[in-house]
Amino acid sequence: MDFFTNVVVATLVMGTSLTFATIGEIFTEKAGILNLGMEGMMLLGALSGFATVFYSGSLLFGILVGMFAGVFLALIHAFLSINMRASQVVSGLAVTMFGTGLANFLGYRLGPAPSFNLVGMNLPVKFNAIIVPFLSDIPVFGGLFRVSILTYFMYALIPFAWYFMYRTKYGLALRAVGENPRTAAAMGINVNKTRYIYTLIGGAFAGLGGACISLYHTPSWNENMTGGKGWIVIALVIFSGWNPAKAIIGTFVFGGIMQLQFAIQAYNGSSAFMAGLKSIPGQFFGMAPYLITFLVLAIMTVISSLQHKQFSSPSALCTSFAIDDK
Amino acid sequence: MEFSLEKREVRSKKLVFILPIISIVISMLLGAIILLACKVNPIMTYFYLVKGALGNKINLLNTIGKAIPLLLCGVGVGIAFKLKFWNIGAEGQYVWGVIGITWVMLSGKWAELTAAGTYSNASWVMLFWAWVPDSLLLPIGILVGMLMGALWAGIPAWLKAHWKVDETLSTLMLNYVVIKLAEYLYISKWKAPLGNMGTPDIPEAGFLTSFGYGGKLNTGLFMALAVVGIMYFILYKTRWGFELNMIGKNSKAARCQGVSIKRNIVIALLVSGAICGLAGAIDTAGITHKLTKGVDSGYGFTGIVIAWMAGLNPIISIFYALLMAILRTGAFSLQIKMGLNSAMGDVLQGLILIPLLATNIFVDYRLVIKHYKKKIIDKVACKEEE
Repeated sequence: MDFFTNVVVATLVMGTSLTFATIGEIFTEKAGILNLGMEGMMLLGALSGFATVFYSGSLLFGILVGMFAGVFLALIHAFLSINMRASQVVSGLAVTMFGTGLANFLGYRLGPAPSFNLVGMNLPVKFNAIIVPFLSDIPVFGGLFRVSILTYFMYALIPFAWYFMYRTKYGLALRAVGENPRTAAAMGINVNKTRYIYTLIGGAFAGLGGACISLYHTPSWNENMTGGKGWIVIALVIFSGWNPAKAIIGTFVFGGIMQLQFAIQAYNGSSAFMAGLKSIPGQFFGMAPYLITFLVLAIMTVISSLQHKQFSSPSALCTSFAIDDK
Repeated sequence: MEFSLEKREVRSKKLVFILPIISIVISMLLGAIILLACKVNPIMTYFYLVKGALGNKINLLNTIGKAIPLLLCGVGVGIAFKLKFWNIGAEGQYVWGVIGITWVMLSGKWAELTAAGTYSNASWVMLFWAWVPDSLLLPIGILVGMLMGALWAGIPAWLKAHWKVDETLSTLMLNYVVIKLAEYLYISKWKAPLGNMGTPDIPEAGFLTSFGYGGKLNTGLFMALAVVGIMYFILYKTRWGFELNMIGKNSKAARCQGVSIKRNIVIALLVSGAICGLAGAIDTAGITHKLTKGVDSGYGFTGIVIAWMAGLNPIISIFYALLMAILRTGAFSLQIKMGLNSAMGDVLQGLILIPLLATNIFVDYRLVIKHYKKKIIDKVACKEEE
């Protein structure tokens, strides 16, 4: 495999976890719930997925437990922000604090005796790359077919998520709830039930994304191993304009930027362009996703408002809904 | 039987005081369940947590010292929240405060090292403040830190005021831009000639005076308390505070009264960012003395939590800032005394919030239990009367 094929594969491995979480967050935000608990959900998903596989040896079981951990935290967020109409910002931050704290804490309790430490443990099984014959031999793009089952699942998920959101009646109901809950309620949609469902789905995908990190991207457990990817997911949702189909572009761009940073450090060739890239400090690669997202958010909002269109979050994002409120 | 919520005519003042106490008790019970599940004695854990934070003079002083930046971040964020401007960027504004003060204070050091011939990486930017005399280091450093924090809050505020750019997301993104910038500075550009991470210490002329006794409490305390007093006065006793409150409660009414919403958003956010920047500057001049790893340890995010718990009231924020500081410092002693990871502090911080968030609605609403059977009978009775 040449250099660029390697970068593509590494980008996809990183991008898989980001895409799952991003799709989950898009569904949650489309329903009008801002979930800032992403980081906590992903980290707890990563821990519980890793611990499960460590003891049971079953990858599928690990993925499921990781998703369940995300759902558990999403349930807290949903209860607080939907039933108790709490501030979604504060509730999300609380979930992140609780989730990251719990994951880091349990990482030192769930390991094998005598140290009870999970850091540095190895998994008995791992996800192997499934190499599709012929297709994987295409230069550079062959990398798309040298990945594990999780990434193939991601390929299938994206068109499905787009179709579900824009072409089915459930998707219509979901968008109605996020844009104008009062009208949606008048149409006979149960607003709070819809929001509950999509917040929990979002949590499940966040847990899945987290489990992908600890089982697939870097098969290990480390304190704070998601390293701010939960916040990148929030950025990706904006970057993709709340459209699941565009999420893949974002994950490629952001995953690529992060991966390029490592690839460049390891590069020893003679290309002047690569040498130029190598002179950029690594922290600026880390900064890029956030800076790009900020600029995209600001520029797109300004341009759309000049054209009297809307580039913005779902109108009812961050609001609570009660039918008897006036 | 069905539960429903009915809006109260007036906010329940009683519950505002009772709910936090109930929440703290509930969160401790929930924490105890988690600890028991991990086969740890919860009573001993809480005992050492409190003892580690308040047990002796040094710990007590450290806890209060840690409460200063938390309190300032809480107060700073509170002003923005008054306007319903969700400034999640306190973390970034705090980091700018740290960068600002170290920038000013290290200029002299870089010049000294360059003159001695032991250092050759100093650019004109790094030497920009080399002219500042020792006696002015502290005031100018703090001012620059505040200014940078203010600018970092001003950008999203201006974008929000003029173009309606979503402030929750923009301030959140800007946080990580500056955190990565800080990382670049302490890992490569401003790295001390010796060692592999962190800037050199700032000169002693720029230190905030410590209270001594081996603790970390410093004269920044007076600055923080002064800010609390001033902000309380502004928010509750002046015309401007009234205008801010009006914009937050009902922006349409405020506009009809001739209050400029755009201008107020920008000014309030400049003040908010400046106070968060001040938090960073005080913590640097008083405790850490340099820019290094751990600068983004979540003071800004905890500040948001404090502001919210205190109902945006600067004086009540003091209590919650102390509470959060106790959890932070106490958690570290758990590591030594109980062999528990200090992440338990984060767990408890999150846990305190959850019951508080869940019950806060009862301040404005009351729970009404409807009995269906009775309703049906009433309806029948109505029909009979017709």
